[in-house]
Amino acid sequence: MISAGCDIGSLTSKGVIMENGRIKATAVIASTNNPESSAEKVMNLAVEKAGMAMDDIDVCVGTGYGRDRIPFVQDTASEIVCHGTGARWLVPGAMTVIDIGGQDCKVIRLDAGGQVEKFITNDKCASGTGRFLEVMARVLGVSLDELGTFSAGTMSPITFASTCTVWAQADVIRHLNDGHPLEDIGAGINSAMANRVSMLVSGSKPKPEICMTGGVSKNRGVVQTLEKLLGSRIHLPRRADPQLAGAIGAALLAQKNGRGGAN
Amino acid sequence: MISAGCDVGSLTAKGLLLNESGILASEVIPVSGRPTRAALEVMNLVLKSAGLSMKDVTHLVGTGYGRKRIDFAHSIESEITCHGMGAWWGDHSIRTIIDIGGQDAKAIRVNHEGEVTRYVYNDKCASGTGRFLEIMAEALEVPLDGMASEEEKSTRDVHISSQCVIFAESEVISLVNEGVPVPDIIKGLHGAMAARAAALARSIGIEERITFSGGVARNGGVLRGLEESLGTSLVRTGSDPQLNGALGGALIGARKCGVHVKPPGIMEEEHGTVQAGH
Repeated sequence: MISAGCDIGSLTSKGVIMENGRIKATAVIASTNNPESSAEKVMNLAVEKAGMAMDDIDVCVGTGYGRDRIPFVQDTASEIVCHGTGARWLVPGAMTVIDIGGQDCKVIRLDAGGQVEKFITNDKCASGTGRFLEVMARVLGVSLDELGTFSAGTMSPITFASTCTVWAQADVIRHLNDGHPLEDIGAGINSAMANRVSMLVSGSKPKPEICMTGGVSKNRGVVQTLEKLLGSRIHLPRRADPQLAGAIGAALLAQKNGRGGAN
Repeated sequence: MISAGCDVGSLTAKGLLLNESGILASEVIPVSGRPTRAALEVMNLVLKSAGLSMKDVTHLVGTGYGRKRIDFAHSIESEITCHGMGAWWGDHSIRTIIDIGGQDAKAIRVNHEGEVTRYVYNDKCASGTGRFLEIMAEALEVPLDGMASEEEKSTRDVHISSQCVIFAESEVISLVNEGVPVPDIIKGLHGAMAARAAALARSIGIEERITFSGGVARNGGVLRGLEESLGTSLVRTGSDPQLNGALGGALIGARKCGVHVKPPGIMEEEHGTVQAGH
């Protein structure tokens, strides 16, 4: 059976095509301001990569904030359910999922069967989301990938007093003007990010194994600091891009529920 | 007796001089560099416009974010105490003060003598502070001082759903791209800002009458929004809301010299609350 998952987020749209529970093709694009066209674009790209046609997909499930406007899906599912399902597939045995995307942070606790037990999200404050790192990388004039490498390169990260993205941005500019090394500032930013996330994670009483998905899990500095703060190892997905967790979860649900099956 | 208040904030420094019969002079300058220098600069300026020199000052009170760096002050008072006193002096019926500055927001309750009884303070989150409006004005390419007059052209209500400055900035840019008229967006932003300030004030309980001070109080759009959110009209004391902290400092300085300066609006004792204003 060919199943597909389509995750339309506010910043990126993701498409995954699976054949009998194995990934055939994936696609990630920047979201347009129209969820319909984002969905069409990303799924066409995934279908093309898989060497298929849209008609070959037996069932497609939509998720993400734009899920209700995807024209071709048979069903939709919440982001929490899809991210939980996708994370369990990416990191088998994961009981706690930390997913940090461009505009939000979710902490999901799963039961032994992979069902969502409880979750906490922050989508009200940019601090503790990928947006915080994006803003700081821009001020520092480095890429997000480079920012992630800074923590390993310094023993003296700068401490940031404010969690607010706006105030921290002003602090970064001040430190740059004072001539502090880029590595120390960047490492401090990664630690500030990890601090903020650890508060949310601790509030959800995490159980091992802990895994991390979403774009921010690619930042080693954030992950390693978070491991120290939580006193626990954080497992990272190896089977696919961690940004695809939601779309993978949607494709797995599509496969489980079958053609036209209600969730 | 000459009493002075020097309020060094994060963005501007304010200086004000008082004698027994009222305000002599006041000045506002932008803070660039060290608080100590800004304090000295603004005091020299205000002394010059009053035709006085530093040695004529009987008591100088320092306040504001940079207060501990004003080395020539005779005493230091918290911003809260100064803002409470400054606002209450303008109208003795005032019991609640909502103050929004460039980097913080506060709500203060005072008793019938202008003494602070409760207060709440936000400087952790840029949303709800003057910085919110500054960033939005930049995003909209409208001068900060022109925001209130732009709002007057609004014909339709727009709701801004994001509270975070960073997310609200993106929301504003999307609204512009969708073709929503800028005055409508500005009115929505003023409303959002006001709702946030009203919620802060409610957290310490609101007692009427209420006044609005700080740099953001010069924005008529936020004032309108605040009156809508609180469902009551606010007291306009007639003095520059930005100078409130410096005024309070100077009044406290005068009290330390044993002088109670009479507010300008009070004509006769029995009309305790008659005041100038719009």
